[in-house]
Amino acid sequence: MKGLRQRSQGFAIPLALLLLLVTVAVIAGTLWWVRHHLPTRIADTAYEVDGIILFVLAVAGIFLFFSHLYLAFVLLRFRDNPKATFVGVTRRSWLPVLAVLAVLFAFDLMFDHKSNEVWGKVFFRIPNDAFVVEITGEQFAWSIRYPGKDGKLGRSDVRLITDDNPLGLDKNDPASKDDIVFPAGQGELHLPLNHPVLFLIRSKDTLHSFFIPFARLKMDAVPGMTTRLWFVPIKPGRYEFTCAELCGLGHYRMRGDLIVEPMEKVQEWLSQQLTFEETMP
Amino acid sequence: MAHEVVHGHVAVELPLWRRLLRFSTDHKDIGLQYMFTAWAMAAIGGFLALLMRLQLGFPGKTFPFLGWLFPHGAEGGVLKPEFYLALITMHGTLMVFFFQTAILLGGFGNFLIPLQIGARDMAFPFLNGLSYWVFLLSCLIMLASFLVEGGAAAAGWTAYPPLSALKDLIPGSGWGQTLWLLGMAVFIVSSLMGSLNYITTVLNLRTRGMTMFRLPFTVWGLFLAAILGLLTFPVLTAGAILLLLDRHFGTSFYLPTLHVAGRLIGREGGNPLLWQHFFWFLGHPEVYILALPALGFVGDILACFARKPFFAYRLAVFGALGLAFLSCIVWAHHQFVSGMNPYLALPFSLLTILVSVPFATILLCLAGTLWGGSFRFTTPMLFALGFLSLVTIGGFGGLTLGVAANDLHLHDTYYVVGHFHVIMGSSVLFGIYAATYFWFPKMFGRMMNERLGKWHFWLSLLGIYAAFIPMHWLGLSGMPRRYYAFTELEFLKPFLSLNIFISIAAFVLIAAQLLFVVNFFWSLWRGEKASDNPWGAMTLEWQTSSPPPHGNWGAELPTVYRWAYDYSVPNAPTDFIPQTVPPTTAASRE
Repeated sequence: MKGLRQRSQGFAIPLALLLLLVTVAVIAGTLWWVRHHLPTRIADTAYEVDGIILFVLAVAGIFLFFSHLYLAFVLLRFRDNPKATFVGVTRRSWLPVLAVLAVLFAFDLMFDHKSNEVWGKVFFRIPNDAFVVEITGEQFAWSIRYPGKDGKLGRSDVRLITDDNPLGLDKNDPASKDDIVFPAGQGELHLPLNHPVLFLIRSKDTLHSFFIPFARLKMDAVPGMTTRLWFVPIKPGRYEFTCAELCGLGHYRMRGDLIVEPMEKVQEWLSQQLTFEETMP
Repeated sequence: MAHEVVHGHVAVELPLWRRLLRFSTDHKDIGLQYMFTAWAMAAIGGFLALLMRLQLGFPGKTFPFLGWLFPHGAEGGVLKPEFYLALITMHGTLMVFFFQTAILLGGFGNFLIPLQIGARDMAFPFLNGLSYWVFLLSCLIMLASFLVEGGAAAAGWTAYPPLSALKDLIPGSGWGQTLWLLGMAVFIVSSLMGSLNYITTVLNLRTRGMTMFRLPFTVWGLFLAAILGLLTFPVLTAGAILLLLDRHFGTSFYLPTLHVAGRLIGREGGNPLLWQHFFWFLGHPEVYILALPALGFVGDILACFARKPFFAYRLAVFGALGLAFLSCIVWAHHQFVSGMNPYLALPFSLLTILVSVPFATILLCLAGTLWGGSFRFTTPMLFALGFLSLVTIGGFGGLTLGVAANDLHLHDTYYVVGHFHVIMGSSVLFGIYAATYFWFPKMFGRMMNERLGKWHFWLSLLGIYAAFIPMHWLGLSGMPRRYYAFTELEFLKPFLSLNIFISIAAFVLIAAQLLFVVNFFWSLWRGEKASDNPWGAMTLEWQTSSPPPHGNWGAELPTVYRWAYDYSVPNAPTDFIPQTVPPTTAASRE
């Protein structure tokens, strides 16, 4: 055993330095990255979700730093220790363990609390006056439907889908007559600035996920179900949204354009579009 | 076979290739069979990763050798999207199940459990032998899927329906997916035979004096992993059978009415989320099936090379029990934004976040073991220390994802890819490497080369940091995973250079593994002869010859008098007192 020790002692210093260097690089790199490379925040939720992600990352960074500092310190401090000290668990050694666990537990509860606030807002406090848009995934593009003047989306059913009626709207439902339908890949998402927008998310064929990186939101599109997501766009401009659930070989190009502009412009644009009734032969 | 089961040295004197190629009932042979097969699967899985990184770092570039290797999947030297998806699917499946699960439970579990608890063999040796050959069959079924029409399964290693159910949705969901499901079902059958065996053996075949709290931490890790496997794997089998019914017999467990490529698929009432619950009910504990044995190895290796008693051993065992328990009730954190009832996210998120407490408990015990140690920086020790760094980084990455609100943005992005490659890919891999370098002398009677081993360690550690940490950053910027070419999205185009960097780091990482391969085979034949206990370790396997004879022990089973960690006991003649030394010769513990 002596031989093993003598042959290998030189590794304490480089390993300790590497661990410290990596921790500093990870923390500095992450700080730099989140300052310069996060997508523009265009929604209230973007600030809220980023807030909690960055909070968790900050706490993680502190823990990472101290855990690696401990490792490096132990390696350096005891690198020439000829004989290990035989210590069992003593009251003195218990304290730091319990302290770290208690601090971690406290942070855990804080994370959970903050998470529930954001989660609760996104899923359980959907405003009644939201601007409604239906977005439907299919391989490999999104269809968009606006409810039209009556503000109501007409009934739809997969079984009614035809070439002329790509979303399967029920012609007999009066609410569907003034709906504005953009078949897959042919429309843009026009969203009103500073007004809550509610997405009803559907799928025709397989799982997709409606992902707006600029709003820090995503929700799966599940065939046979309607899922929901809402937020308030607060920054005008043209952005991208995409698919975040593997849906087939064209998954990577299932993108779409999203335009945030004042409500009047959205309404003006909508009034220039053909309604479902007008497009039906 | 029968005559070889009787005492004697028949089995050991056989050359290695004969031990690997026969239907053996000796746990050591079976362990080695598992190990060699699992390493082969890892090599294939690693090669697939190399192809993926070629595509991601250099999208659209032509690599003529690809066209030559894969005339269908990469015609003209450019990977096709459907082939890329087959690569990600098979890389994940092979690495998680056919490499890591197989080598940890099948390989090390088999080799170490009887040796460390003082048994002559497993409780059910025939079942044990059968489990290996069934495992080999499942490997062949899985690999065969590359050769069938439509190519290998391409719906991701999670195989979510409807994509995995209908071949109209993706070519890989034809025969490839059928073979994937069959391969998984057969794999699970094999793993159940193994798990039953390990649990029974640990509970019933411990030698005199080997109480549960004298078990080495390694055995605890393997034992708990086997219990998790036994409880959760069958759920996936059931799920896979239902999916096969949906695919081939027109049932609607997972399929609602769909409209695929201009055609109505007249199923009714099924729900794709059901599969996700089945899959993750196994899929999440699976992470701990991998993590617990790795934690076990690392705990024992750190104690041995710090020459220190395991700090708060009992606390670590309770931490492992807590971890195993919690791992079974957090599965839906993979589905926060899947469309399941958002109320479900509240308990699942809280429970997931709380996993950090038992996990940190174990890590603190490992860290405490190091304090005041007298270190021997052997290759296994270096890998064990590297494990501590990776598991901390990976652990906090996981904590980020456990917070439900964060998944609104981070779910299915490269943050997730980076995270599970650090925790499940790399830290568990480091546990496996530490264990391989550590127990190689016991397996083959020869030492591995330390110089090559250290190069392997440094390059692997740097490669892992450089490849997987920047993936977290890409995820923060919203780069989705499973994208054949992320450059289709405007906002992701600036990240091409970082992806090139990641690809190069991944190539270095993969190349570094060749050092291990060379070292492994070179040492197998040319390594320095190992003594019975080259590391001065306490546990039972080091008290028999290297490699151990058939039946492991001489005429009499060893008797255990102490826990597994009497290192550096004051006034003892050596700095370790093997578990077999009676208390009269030195102060005893536990």
